[in-house]
Amino acid sequence: MFLSHQHQCWFGAEFRRFSLERSKPGKFEEFYGLLQHVHKIPNVDVLVGYTDIHGDLLPINNDDNYHKAVSTANPLLRIFIQRKEDADYSAFGTDTMTRKKNVLSNVLRPDNHKKKPHIVISMPQDFRPVSSIIDVDILPETHRRVRLYKYGTDKPLGFYIRDGSSVRVTPHGLEKVPGIFISRLVPGGLAQSTGLLAVNDEVLEVNGIEVSGKSLDQVTDMMIANSRNLIITVRPANQRNNVVRNSRTSGSSGQSTESSLPSSTPNILANFLQGEEESDEEDIIIEDSGEPQQIPKAAPTSESLESLTQIELHESTQNGFLPSNEMNLNHSAGSISMEYEVQDPDPKSLEEDGTIITL
Amino acid sequence: ACLDPWGRRGGGPACLAQGLGVLALTCLSPRQTVEHGFPSQPSALAYDPALRVMAIGTKAGAVKLGAGDAASGQGRFGVSPPLPQTQHGADAGPRSPPSSCSPSITRVTVVLVPDDYRCGKALGPVESIQEHPRDGSRLLIGYSRGLVVLWEQNTRTVQHLFLGNQQLESLAWEQSGKSIVSSHSDGGYMVWAVSGAGQKTQQPVMSTIPYGPFPCKAISKILWRTCESGNPFIIFNGGMPRASYGDRHCVSVLQGQTLATLDFTSRVIDFFTVQSPSPPSPGFENPRALVVLVEEELVAIDLQTPGWPTIPAPYLAPLHSSAITCSCHVSNVPLKLWERIISAGEQQSPRLSSAAWPIDGGKNLAQEPTQRGLLLTGHEDGTVRFWDASGVSLKPLYKLGTANIFQTDCEHNDSLNQAGTQLPPPRLLVGCFDPYSDDPRLGVQKIALCKYTAKMVVAGTAGQVLVMELSDEKSEHAVSVATVDLLQDREGFTWKGHDRLAPRNGPLPFAPGFQPSVLVQCVPPAAVTAVTLHSEWNLVAFGTSHGFGLFDYYRRNPVLARCTLHPNDSLAMEGPLSRVKSLKKSLRQSFRRIRKSRVSGKKRLNASSPSSKVQEANAQLAEQAGPPEVEMTPVQRRIEPRSADDSLSGVVRCLYFADTFLRDAAHHGPTMWAGTNSGSVFAYALEVPSQEKFSERAVEAVLGKEIQLMHRAPVVSIAVLDGRGNPLPEPYEVSRDLAKAPDMQGSHSMLISSEEQFKVFTLPKVSAKTKFKLTAHEGCRVRKVALVSLASAGSEERLENCLACLTNLGDIHIFTVPGLRPQVHYGCIRKEDISGIASCVFTKHGQGFYLISPSEFERFSLSARNVTEPLCRLEVSRLQDTSCLRWDRRRGHRGFATAAPLHRRPPAHLSARIPGMHDSTGPPPRAPSPHNVDSPLL
Repeated sequence: MFLSHQHQCWFGAEFRRFSLERSKPGKFEEFYGLLQHVHKIPNVDVLVGYTDIHGDLLPINNDDNYHKAVSTANPLLRIFIQRKEDADYSAFGTDTMTRKKNVLSNVLRPDNHKKKPHIVISMPQDFRPVSSIIDVDILPETHRRVRLYKYGTDKPLGFYIRDGSSVRVTPHGLEKVPGIFISRLVPGGLAQSTGLLAVNDEVLEVNGIEVSGKSLDQVTDMMIANSRNLIITVRPANQRNNVVRNSRTSGSSGQSTESSLPSSTPNILANFLQGEEESDEEDIIIEDSGEPQQIPKAAPTSESLESLTQIELHESTQNGFLPSNEMNLNHSAGSISMEYEVQDPDPKSLEEDGTIITL
Repeated sequence: ACLDPWGRRGGGPACLAQGLGVLALTCLSPRQTVEHGFPSQPSALAYDPALRVMAIGTKAGAVKLGAGDAASGQGRFGVSPPLPQTQHGADAGPRSPPSSCSPSITRVTVVLVPDDYRCGKALGPVESIQEHPRDGSRLLIGYSRGLVVLWEQNTRTVQHLFLGNQQLESLAWEQSGKSIVSSHSDGGYMVWAVSGAGQKTQQPVMSTIPYGPFPCKAISKILWRTCESGNPFIIFNGGMPRASYGDRHCVSVLQGQTLATLDFTSRVIDFFTVQSPSPPSPGFENPRALVVLVEEELVAIDLQTPGWPTIPAPYLAPLHSSAITCSCHVSNVPLKLWERIISAGEQQSPRLSSAAWPIDGGKNLAQEPTQRGLLLTGHEDGTVRFWDASGVSLKPLYKLGTANIFQTDCEHNDSLNQAGTQLPPPRLLVGCFDPYSDDPRLGVQKIALCKYTAKMVVAGTAGQVLVMELSDEKSEHAVSVATVDLLQDREGFTWKGHDRLAPRNGPLPFAPGFQPSVLVQCVPPAAVTAVTLHSEWNLVAFGTSHGFGLFDYYRRNPVLARCTLHPNDSLAMEGPLSRVKSLKKSLRQSFRRIRKSRVSGKKRLNASSPSSKVQEANAQLAEQAGPPEVEMTPVQRRIEPRSADDSLSGVVRCLYFADTFLRDAAHHGPTMWAGTNSGSVFAYALEVPSQEKFSERAVEAVLGKEIQLMHRAPVVSIAVLDGRGNPLPEPYEVSRDLAKAPDMQGSHSMLISSEEQFKVFTLPKVSAKTKFKLTAHEGCRVRKVALVSLASAGSEERLENCLACLTNLGDIHIFTVPGLRPQVHYGCIRKEDISGIASCVFTKHGQGFYLISPSEFERFSLSARNVTEPLCRLEVSRLQDTSCLRWDRRRGHRGFATAAPLHRRPPAHLSARIPGMHDSTGPPPRAPSPHNVDSPLL
């Protein structure tokens, strides 16, 4: 079955309409190439957006949201393309389309933009993960496994842990056992900005290793040693926001809170090890003659990129829709966003870490 | 007190890599083997003249046996039941018939003192009970108020009354039984004649106050020993003039007109004399030696050599004569160097007696050590002590002082001391325990010794780096002084710590031994944190919290200085001494607090009156009030990656020389490596001229590489592995045929150990090969690492290299090299024992040492082949029972598996006065006991 799509592009307001196979949408990269081909702009970086069923203008920049977009086509999928350097990032977000009756009219209205800070939404390769909830399928619903990605030194992890005691169900009834808890979140820190961790959450594991029986100092050392790719399994103090699984009958969901952990551990560890290898920071070497460089791996492992399916971007969705002017092609893009920490594609940014001391 | 030999958390060694564990199965047999040094807080001393063994009890409840020749045995015993006599509370336990281990009173005799003893007051408690030297049925009983009774047990009658009226301290028999001697609280002693039955003696034969006429302190113990060659020996403890010498710890030896006062630096606990087991002529004891246990050391005096010199003890060396600040182990010391060190040591102490060690019971069954091991300890007073660590007993060989090179305040202090303390009789300063450091800057921080060239580097607290050379002749020469600025013109830093030590000018006299040739002083004068020596290249590298330097001691000029300081680091300029001082102060205060609570605890035990019970309850309430308040504010820990501007990030943690490939794979050459607290590694290529051209050409250093470990943890060790994965040999090791030449064909690799992980990189192109993230996986941090080679239990030839690592939790982990596969780990030191963990040193062949008290090293062995443990035999002839006493450390922490023969027939007065022994041996104490066995600090 072929679906009809309408493409509105405002490179001089070009409109194209073409069809895609709904059941085989392909990869985002291919779609992106197709768009460039259709509009004959092979070397122009563009931002791609679509209107969903609620009328929100949402970005398409990876396989997931691309597939989501295709699945919402009813039957037409409206795609909006902006030249990247001219893009108005504030146009994206919740309610962007319902508040304004017509996206196009808003987009086309030239007078009322730039009143709010612009949010930069860049290409997938420009994104980097900030945090994610992982292993939802193998963890008990009362637990949450959070991965924090620490880059550079610009933003602290921003949390503290403390000793405490928690109540466990044992064969002898309820028992108080010592535990480790999050004691404080630093405002503006990575931990707080993810919204996935909270004060009084009990820390159960650090990068796949159970903390029970370990002292506060040991857990601190483990967390710091893993700080560039920290995976914390917590029992949130607030149990009302737990992820509810779709299929309650699936294998792991039937297991009880405590007993499910050991059985799932090998699986988890495999996940972690893979993730660790991938995201492990590399040491920096400065040869006598030349530029600093990262130390390569002697025996490179499979260099698969971090699976984007694990990434959950926690953007603030409060931005009102401020349409860009489709006619204003030379309009310059807004400032760098607070929420999206744009990874500097230039490798120099990482090198600077090493050169602070060594140069 | 049944403790797992290894586990604080229960469970023995955990083998991680099943299947991979070839190394673990064949090479590793970890265990603690023997304790070296002097027992902490000794509290009792006993000697068995028949077995010719000595026992020392400690406040922690341990009993150490000393016997035979050097090695045969100090072991540490746990004593399962408290021996019955400890309950008597008498000053000296009576000689009891052989008793079983269970305490039982066979007979209660009430000694009735006749009414006509005209004291008018109560007799007071019994101070002393002494068995007749020849007739076990007769007991001499001394009461506090002065009355002494000779009691015949068979007839249950009083044989003799001695109507003394001086406060009694102790009693002793003359060995024939014809006279007794009593000592008194006024510092005097009296000799009484013993005659037939039913006697009353009013007056002693002789009464004297040896240090009178001014008021004297009590004589708390006195001995009378007959001597064939002349007057008897009278040996007593105390009795010094109260005003001028009341605070001294003295034992006096009096023979006829000869009086010697032995002046000790710590409290006298007890003493005994040793005589020949079968006296040549009956009636004379002819004591060979006097053995005195003071709080901090054991001293034996040769009584048969004029001048009464000290007999060097083969064991129980007071390691802590000045506090140990660092230690270093040298394996397989060449015989030549060994002999030269011994010779230098012998020339240092001419006042030592050549007599054999008098306590000669037992037989040493331990094998002769297969190699010579040298343990070097650096001390707070600037000395370095050389110990023979080849065998079971740690023997002092030589003491190197560095204080004489510097101008310190101590010199005139010393002369004042000398002038002010001249006692009337010849006063002998005995023993070497001297904990008072004259200048904290003298403290030794790092030591490096080349065993082939006898070159040595000693580096200290005030940034001093001394290059020394062993000389068999005494010498008088000037030490050349160089300063190296490690700040390298960095602006904005002002050192707030101590001054550098001012060197003394002009030629200085040096005794045979290690003599300094060059003194390098770091500027700022912060404590040296790393040092290494390459005797083939004549280079010494040193580092502080500010940077590192390289010095050519042949041409005596600096080659390189590099600042590692981070611009924001202010703490590095504070100087560590202020913090050290405050730490010491707080330690002292807490010790004082402990002591106080102990005193009050004792009082509480005796208290029975209602008012004291109220006080006791109040005190308990006050004690309990503390902890809950502390819990109100829970400790929290910040979780943040290390950053470049963490304080003290520039501290140089390790330095290393290697002949390897730094710049390209075709040419190898001298290199120097430095690792810092912030995970930086600097590698320099060195241009070292050939031996012949050393005086013509200078050494040059060119920066080759800088590596920044992204996790930024402190780099604790750097080592280069050759093409076969073996660590590079030491300088001269190959040219003297003592090691295989390294493989220079295959590519080299570099093992970097940080506090968090181990990583192997290729060379010359630095790329990561393997790694093990210890902290990320285990939650523990690396404290000490060493590359050790272990011979497998099966064959001597098969050596396995592995990486031994001690963590901050006191566990030892073993990894393969270069694969970095974890092999085995086990608990070794309690994690609370921070000083024990900090003091740990590994030997090259899989043994190690750590301090279990300020004065004792525990020795452990990782290797199945290379074990040093006591093995000796003690013949207990009276039972027709030959038992082998073996201190089997595997069976229990204080291993006493085969100590049974001693329990069946306790040595005559082993049990006398061992306070606190029951604390560790009975059921676990309920109240927090100050004498916890497991706490070496006490």
